[in-house]
Amino acid sequence: MFKSVAELVELAENKQVKIAEIMIQQEMEVTGLTREEIIAKMDRNLTVMEQAVERGLNGVTSVSGLTGGDAVLLQKYIQSGKALSGNILLDAVSKAVATNEVNAAMGTICATPTAGSAGVVPGTLFAVKEVLNPTRMEMIEFLFTSAAFGFVVANNASISGAAGGCQAEVGSASGMAAAAIVELAGGTPQQAAEAMAITLKNMLGLVCDPVAGLVEVPCVKRNAMGASNAMTAADMALAGITSRIPCDEVIHAMFLIGQSMPSALRETAEGGLAATPTGRRLEAKIFGKQN
Amino acid sequence: MKYRSAFDIIGPVMIGPSSSHTAGAARIGRVARTLFNRLPKKAVISLYGSFAKTYKGHGTDVAIVGGLLDFDTFDERIPTSLTLAKELGMEVVFQIENQVTDHPNTVRINLYDDNGDLEIVGISIGGGTIEITELNSFELKLSGEHPAILVVHNDQFGVISAVTQILANHEINIGHMEVSRKEKGKMALMVIEVDQKIEQTIMTEIEKLPNVTQTIRMVD
Repeated sequence: MFKSVAELVELAENKQVKIAEIMIQQEMEVTGLTREEIIAKMDRNLTVMEQAVERGLNGVTSVSGLTGGDAVLLQKYIQSGKALSGNILLDAVSKAVATNEVNAAMGTICATPTAGSAGVVPGTLFAVKEVLNPTRMEMIEFLFTSAAFGFVVANNASISGAAGGCQAEVGSASGMAAAAIVELAGGTPQQAAEAMAITLKNMLGLVCDPVAGLVEVPCVKRNAMGASNAMTAADMALAGITSRIPCDEVIHAMFLIGQSMPSALRETAEGGLAATPTGRRLEAKIFGKQN
Repeated sequence: MKYRSAFDIIGPVMIGPSSSHTAGAARIGRVARTLFNRLPKKAVISLYGSFAKTYKGHGTDVAIVGGLLDFDTFDERIPTSLTLAKELGMEVVFQIENQVTDHPNTVRINLYDDNGDLEIVGISIGGGTIEITELNSFELKLSGEHPAILVVHNDQFGVISAVTQILANHEINIGHMEVSRKEKGKMALMVIEVDQKIEQTIMTEIEKLPNVTQTIRMVD
């Protein structure tokens, strides 16, 4: 099993294959399943992601009423033709938001790598799909590439907000998405690693401070920013920009930052935005209690 | 390596809102249900750390109870599991613990009925991946992702080799194995994760061995 991003890139370069292929081969070895079975399994996950985005773009509201409807607003804004930051980028943002709004509404989603960060990978995939016109298989490969990078983070740092803060969730998801976008756009394995490093560097230190302990505020909008971060970093890497700090060292830095993060900022709803006057007021309103 | 599969990262398909606090919690509940092997009459669920602080917002309560009702992470009945449990006659008690645990997402589940009881401690380590760290006061490490057998036995020489001999006879490969005991010569537990599905006939064979008191089979 590959243990680092450097190892992953080397494997792909030596075998002259995509990173997605390395992940598929490892999955066959580890599980004993056939290539067809593994691909079919990922195909089903892709279908769940498509359905979640579709549902979110039609408008949902969470049980608490805190989130929902922003994906619709953004789509309308894109259609107005007045958007400043580019339609593909905003499309990715709106589709990431759509997924997380469905998640907050206790709908069915596919964790990528977690539910709280489930929007970034599908959001960016379905946005770049509009310009790159990938085949179904290439879209499935996008998910395997994401999985490969996420696998390294999960085993060397963390993908849990309770253990490492939001940098471990939306940060990891954004890095995974950035790498996968690069590969889908025809970039090299090394460029994919650069994109992941650039993304993750800019999400280091991000705390997990959910208002009322719900996966809504600020989680939905953090997925929005995670998606735009991934898109920008992917473009930077494809332009030939590299990260001065190698990807594996960024991941290790993320791990150490997570370790030194106080518990109040690791998914306990005790600090950060959860502890603001408005955060507390919303919590009291939702659960009918005073703090 | 805590994570072994691409589907630990891209997956599971689940009911929101949190992979660790909802999907992972449901998985721990379901492992408890599998080990208990029947619907319990009463479940006492003790929550620690982040689980204790945010269980309401994340639906951790309904997820664990959903797991105890044998629901998978994507079962759309999860949000209504508390009502369903009541209808099925399962009493549920939640306890909020202040004690600091090794992992922030920790739950202790005690199940009871007229025929016995069971205690497990589970942790949700992220992305829906879980580990069972304790069973009836035995320390262990069980992911719940592979077929596994648990053998409660008397701590006597030869029991371990007799059990593994049966598996060998059926050409079953062991992926991970742990043995622990409460006291020398007293009750002991074998946890064996295997690569293939284990048929009931093999379990019956193991159960008949001298010094084996109980066997539990866990399948995907």
